Amino acid sequence: MKIFWAFVRKEIYHILRDRRTLAILFGMPIALVLIFGYTVTNEFKDASVAIVNQANDELSQEFIEHLTSSGHFQLVALPQTRDELETTFRANQAKLGVVIPPSFSDDFYRQKAATIQLIADATEPNYATTLVNYANQMIRSFQQQKNQMSEQAPYSVAVQTRMYYNPQLEGAYNFVPGTVALILMLICAMMTSLTIAKEKELGTMDLLLVSPLPPMLIILGKVTPYAVLSFIDAIIVFVLGYFLFDVPVRGSVPLLLALCLLYLFVALALGLLISTKAANQQTAMMTSLFTLMLPTMLLSGFLFPIPSMPTILQYISKVIPAKYFIQIEQAVMLKAAGWEAVAFPTLVLTIMLVVLLAAAWKNFKVVKA
Amino acid sequence: MRRLAYIIQKEFIQVFRNKAMLPIMTIVPIVQLIVLSYAASNEVTNVRLAIVNQDQSAASRLLIQKVEAADRFILMDFPLSVEEGDELLQRGEVGIVLVIPAQFERTFYREKRGEIQLLVNAIDGQQATVGSGYLSSIIQSFNQEMRAELRLVPMQSNQAQILTTSSNWYNPDLNFKYFMAPGILGELVTILVMLLTAMNVVREREIGTIEQINVTPIKKWQFILGKMVPFLIIGLVLLTVGLTAAKLIFNIPIRGSLVVVFAFCILNLMAVLGLGLFISNLSDTQQQAMFTTFFFVIIFILMSGLFTPIESMPKWAQYLTIPNPIAHFVSVMRSVLLKGSTFQDVIYHFRMTGIMAILFNILAIWSYRKVA
Repeated sequence: MKIFWAFVRKEIYHILRDRRTLAILFGMPIALVLIFGYTVTNEFKDASVAIVNQANDELSQEFIEHLTSSGHFQLVALPQTRDELETTFRANQAKLGVVIPPSFSDDFYRQKAATIQLIADATEPNYATTLVNYANQMIRSFQQQKNQMSEQAPYSVAVQTRMYYNPQLEGAYNFVPGTVALILMLICAMMTSLTIAKEKELGTMDLLLVSPLPPMLIILGKVTPYAVLSFIDAIIVFVLGYFLFDVPVRGSVPLLLALCLLYLFVALALGLLISTKAANQQTAMMTSLFTLMLPTMLLSGFLFPIPSMPTILQYISKVIPAKYFIQIEQAVMLKAAGWEAVAFPTLVLTIMLVVLLAAAWKNFKVVKA
Repeated sequence: MRRLAYIIQKEFIQVFRNKAMLPIMTIVPIVQLIVLSYAASNEVTNVRLAIVNQDQSAASRLLIQKVEAADRFILMDFPLSVEEGDELLQRGEVGIVLVIPAQFERTFYREKRGEIQLLVNAIDGQQATVGSGYLSSIIQSFNQEMRAELRLVPMQSNQAQILTTSSNWYNPDLNFKYFMAPGILGELVTILVMLLTAMNVVREREIGTIEQINVTPIKKWQFILGKMVPFLIIGLVLLTVGLTAAKLIFNIPIRGSLVVVFAFCILNLMAVLGLGLFISNLSDTQQQAMFTTFFFVIIFILMSGLFTPIESMPKWAQYLTIPNPIAHFVSVMRSVLLKGSTFQDVIYHFRMTGIMAILFNILAIWSYRKVA
């Protein structure tokens, strides 16, 4: 046991000596939380709008003012024709075009029905839909304002919507659990696969294997410091989420941390498996990056909803560990759920852990022989 | 010139010797391109729904019928009480619970009003809003049908109306693959070549082979150029294959000039490669190089406008996208391929990327020290 701790200490010295990697290991979770918190948002303000005002009368001016007064739209161009509007689209100046017809006020006051055309640059489909919907809302409120409409008509059904778990619709409630899952997976798996691949590449692995320490303990000794580091990273994200973005932990903290550890072991096992396959650091790095980073980001349900994916991808997402861990985090942190609610994802993660470890162990033996 | 050719030849031999890397450089990115383009969609479909029907009237049955007919929702369960509905939400089995209160029909006809409750799992705010929005519009149309049955005289209107028509240019079907595929392709190529170059020089230093190059009469710029050309070619090949795959599989439109696309790709790859070599020169170990690169790449990706529009970022963050090669890449690919933008339209991105390419490569040449 003493030799084992000596070995762990050696690894810790290795890590501490490389200041830059250490800085990145701790800087990364902080940078990610800040980026997600402040920049990756689907809310919009100051969306660029180009207005083709063919009417150019008082009513159309009032309308433009109404549209831009909300702060969500910013008028960037006043093209004369639809062709000119297209030019602003192509140069990426405007995302939404509003065409006001020449007879706008006549249509509105005399015919009682005017038409406004909305043209969206739909290269970004979701953004286009959001902008069109919001412009529609603004047009409706303009119409009401002009008509001084009375409130609710009789025989109407009101819809009362209650947003559970996240009444303010904070984006942070979604991205903090996601970031923890991403960070743990990347740092833990990548670091583990790298450190073992490095010994192999430099030829020092054989040296270690002939030492009196059993191979099992060597591997354990190599991964322990990284496990601790990743765990600290996870806690940093939780703490930042709590203090900067008010993301609560409504359930039991020990339960959350315990399951965090379980997920961390799964990531470690993945890293081990990759390292038994990879002959050098470059291969190890590329394999972990390409097989772990993008799938964890895109298939775990963190950035994109899983139920909307094609059926095959829904099946693939079932083998992404991050998916289950995010479920656990959401349940414990936001829904204040107890053991029963997280039993299933916990079971799945445990099975994954066992399978991955077995595969890594089998590979390791083959390599050694 | 011969020296340059030799070092390029040497790099190619080394790249192709590592058999484990070949599939990672060729097949894996293409598979990812295809799979991830399918995954990356913000469309909200297949929302799982439970209905608590406490009314059991003709009206409530009509509403349920209408919801069942909508293909965006999957009706999972009919819990008997609101508490049971809460339970389903808690366990994550459904996303929305629709509650039709007791006496719904009676109050509607007697008191001329009605109320329906939606309980929504709002952890993902955007999905919650969109999903409940769809449901609200179904309820509105149900409401209109009920009013039509009453044969209410339409509210006499001397009220003027504004009608809107809306059209989606460049992507009328709102196809997410058109939007994601070019961006993901750019992202994959950038990650690949940046990592390959970042690990390259430092690897020679770690193994010690750099000494052998240092004692040759090779010039600094020749060394950097020699390291760059092979990876530039690999990047371009991958791009070509990726674009072809995207065209064949997703049928993404190519409205603009491919010359502009490729010219920009070369410039962009040069910038990325320069940055990679610069990092490599400054690093002591491969591990350091990788982590530095990885740190940059993940920030580049998240702030590239690939997933969320750059326009919605705060101003300071928008400025941070200027030195981000992936942001320019995504923007140019989308503009030229989907909108048919011309060179003039995207000249800003050419300028910025050009400045980056020059700057990063000067740094790379400067930071390469022949004395180890």
